[in-house]
Amino acid sequence: MNNKMILYILSIILKLEAAFLLLPALTGLIYREREWAAYFGAAVLCLAAGFLMSRKKPEDTTFFTKEGFVIVALSWIIMSVFGALPFVFSRDIPNYTDALFEMISGFTTTGASVLDNIDLVSHAGRMWRSFSHWIGGMGVIVFMLAILPSSGANMRLMRAESPGPSVGKLVPKVKQTAGILYQIYIVLTLIEIVLLLVSGMPVFDAVTISFGTAGTGGFSARASGFEEYTILQQGIVTVFMILFGVNFNAYYLLLAKKWKDAFQIEEIRWYLGIIAAAVVMIAINTRHLYPTAFLSFHHAAFQVGSIITTTGFATADFNLWPELSKTILVTLMFIGACAGSTGGGLKVARMIILVKSVRLDLFRAIHPRGVKTLKMDGKSLDEETVRGVSAYFVTYIVLFILSNLILSFNGLDPVTNFTAVTANFNNIGPGLSLVGPMGNFGMMPWYAKYTLMFDMLAGRLELYPMMMLFIPAIWRKR
Amino acid sequence: MRIIVAGCGKVGWTITEELSREGHDIAVIDIRPKVIEAITNSFDVLGVVGNAASFNVQKEAGIDRADLLIAVTDADEENMLTCLIAKKAAGCRTVARVRNPVYTEEIGFIKEELGLSMIINPELAAAGEIASLLRFPSAIDIDSFARGRLSLLKFVIPEGSPLDRCAVKDIRKSIKADVLICTDERNGEVVIPDGHFVLQAKDKASIVATPDNARAFFDHIGLEQHRIRSCIIIGGGTIAYYLMRALRGTGIHVTVIEQDEARCRYLSEQYPQADIICGDGTNERLLQEEGIAAADSFVALTGIDETNIFLTLYAKNASKAKSVVKVGHVGYRDILETMDLGSIVDPKSLTAERIISFVRAMQNSIGSNVETLYRLIEGKVEALEFAIQEGSPVVGPQLSELRTKKGVLVAAINRGGNGKILIPNGQSTIQVGDRVVVVTTHSGFRDIKDILE
Repeated sequence: MNNKMILYILSIILKLEAAFLLLPALTGLIYREREWAAYFGAAVLCLAAGFLMSRKKPEDTTFFTKEGFVIVALSWIIMSVFGALPFVFSRDIPNYTDALFEMISGFTTTGASVLDNIDLVSHAGRMWRSFSHWIGGMGVIVFMLAILPSSGANMRLMRAESPGPSVGKLVPKVKQTAGILYQIYIVLTLIEIVLLLVSGMPVFDAVTISFGTAGTGGFSARASGFEEYTILQQGIVTVFMILFGVNFNAYYLLLAKKWKDAFQIEEIRWYLGIIAAAVVMIAINTRHLYPTAFLSFHHAAFQVGSIITTTGFATADFNLWPELSKTILVTLMFIGACAGSTGGGLKVARMIILVKSVRLDLFRAIHPRGVKTLKMDGKSLDEETVRGVSAYFVTYIVLFILSNLILSFNGLDPVTNFTAVTANFNNIGPGLSLVGPMGNFGMMPWYAKYTLMFDMLAGRLELYPMMMLFIPAIWRKR
Repeated sequence: MRIIVAGCGKVGWTITEELSREGHDIAVIDIRPKVIEAITNSFDVLGVVGNAASFNVQKEAGIDRADLLIAVTDADEENMLTCLIAKKAAGCRTVARVRNPVYTEEIGFIKEELGLSMIINPELAAAGEIASLLRFPSAIDIDSFARGRLSLLKFVIPEGSPLDRCAVKDIRKSIKADVLICTDERNGEVVIPDGHFVLQAKDKASIVATPDNARAFFDHIGLEQHRIRSCIIIGGGTIAYYLMRALRGTGIHVTVIEQDEARCRYLSEQYPQADIICGDGTNERLLQEEGIAAADSFVALTGIDETNIFLTLYAKNASKAKSVVKVGHVGYRDILETMDLGSIVDPKSLTAERIISFVRAMQNSIGSNVETLYRLIEGKVEALEFAIQEGSPVVGPQLSELRTKKGVLVAAINRGGNGKILIPNGQSTIQVGDRVVVVTTHSGFRDIKDILE
């Protein structure tokens, strides 16, 4: 392990976080809250720690895949550990475990909260919660790559942080690829903010909701969630949630005027197909709950968009919906958004590969001498990718079962625990029963909270970086 | 620049490594997914898996915005087709590796008709390098530029030579040869000497000269004690074929030892004046029989590196021959350097080197009037060729009156279209239309006026 290089990158991450923390501090100043000082203080602390950790660039800057994984995992942990401090300083969330849970939930774009009534939290605190979604959505490492001079090994970092079974580049350089991704991300976010402002939403709400949508996070701006917003505003958010769940490569192809290629991405067709099917089924299933067919369609669309992109906003307490609708939503939680988007979950691309490989196995059972290759977007998939997806799926299931087992010590009902793990592991936020859209995770015991924190990080970083930390061989000196 | 490298073998890999380090935007194409995975993990480049000659694959690699495509796959035909498609589709410049002697015979026609900017033949390049090493056995390194009309030769100043403790400005008086000392390496430091610089024995000096002048100069300083008159080549492959052609008419008698009978017959048809011996080149008796003890030079060109190295060590032991060894493996170069094998020639590195200097020159020629650029002595020195345009501040005054920067030397002036090379002195002047070769320890010169203070 190249420990010096790891430390050096962590120090950069902390300096970046110091810069990020200035936004909530500024928000506090604007709203004349004394909490601003807590956020400013935390920024100074991050900066100091960053400078303390490494003063100059190490000479040996080479690192390999394993270092890439470890750097990414540690970056996210250290960011959350420091990011949780201002919540405690400002007494927004006095308990550190709760603050850490909230912070990890923010950075991993989960949106699961321990707070009962977020209206009691300062504007600065609410801004930091939502802003953390925006940072975590595209990823802090990708941000770092976009602004730092590029080096050969950087692709390993980008691969380790970006979601999806095979991460490619848009243009030859990592720095430019990361830059393009962030430009698309920023422009889409700004469009949403403007549209929400035009529709009459207050500035604070428009900004925080847009951050939450962009990162597919799910922290809302006020305790009442989305109830106070108009149908139009909810509609805008629905559209943008679905847009942020699309593979960002598609936007690049559109920008490069390769229309045909953009619309031929198989994953996006499946993604939109799944959304359409789920919306229709839920709209019919919940027709009797709402006065008009339009309203039931509207709420179904919002909820499906919110859940499949793993955002986790709620316009309605879907906990009260019929069982079929709830089951559909839980199924969507597992599928998740497209690879290369800001969403979580297993990712549509992986589901397609899994479904196709099952179909291939069936074909081989019927025709033992049959020859057929797996194809995606018109290209054949190599065995390595398919094997990787299967291994990922198995790891995912095992971690899921283990987390569920640990949680069940808390004595709550199985639906609560099952959906709590589902919602956190897939970075959604709300589950069902006690942790439904109107509930929160505050009542969970400490060990359950730490398990869920691990799940959130593992889910966001695609399992391996977090698991890598537990392999002793990684920590041996080379 | 935006560059596409098609084919990631040893040459493609070396080019990619070097050019990505220099900050170019690079896309690589190879048919093998494993290779693409490895190369994209190692360097900051875009990888595309597919057949490089396919237009769609090229499009995916960004051919429409590329400045240059370098085709270095195994197959000549694929390289040429790749370049042709790139040229027709995107109009970018193209470089192809073409090694089959059949194509090499008509290389000018192919280059013209396919619109290629450069064709590189690794074996031909290696043979050329070996031939120039044999022509100047005292030089340790030879770079040629100005389309081969000028050479930069590096040599060690021998003890007792008239150059020892001689100031640079006095050289022309004591030695009647039209040459210029360009660089001097002492204890690992490279300087561009001015007139007052005093040379010492054991310095590694380099000169810029035309080949004829260089020979006369070496004679005068006591380096060229013997000219090479005979050469034993082990292995009659493609490099040997080209080498024999390059040595034709130089007065060097060639003996080739080759195992394959059919190959021997073919070579004897092509080069009737050479001695072609059908036999095992590793056989000690055979080597002695063919007069290794009296040979002036020994070139090991078999397909196996280990055999070549071993043969060379044997030749060093058995004779005083100048030895040249071909090595195909890129690694372990440092160890080979310590083994006293004479000159080492690696066709693949040579190919990569030539292509890279083409790219550098091309990059320099964008928005500047640098014609060609070479990096010498491990990149510490640059030699640039400028075209002199109307109104340039260097036109007119004598060179001694120009206030040039430290570490800059006007090494040669190529005047008029007839390829006449002038080796300048303090009284020389630069004229409009000249091509001037400047040797410098600075880098990043874009115009001839950059040499002035």
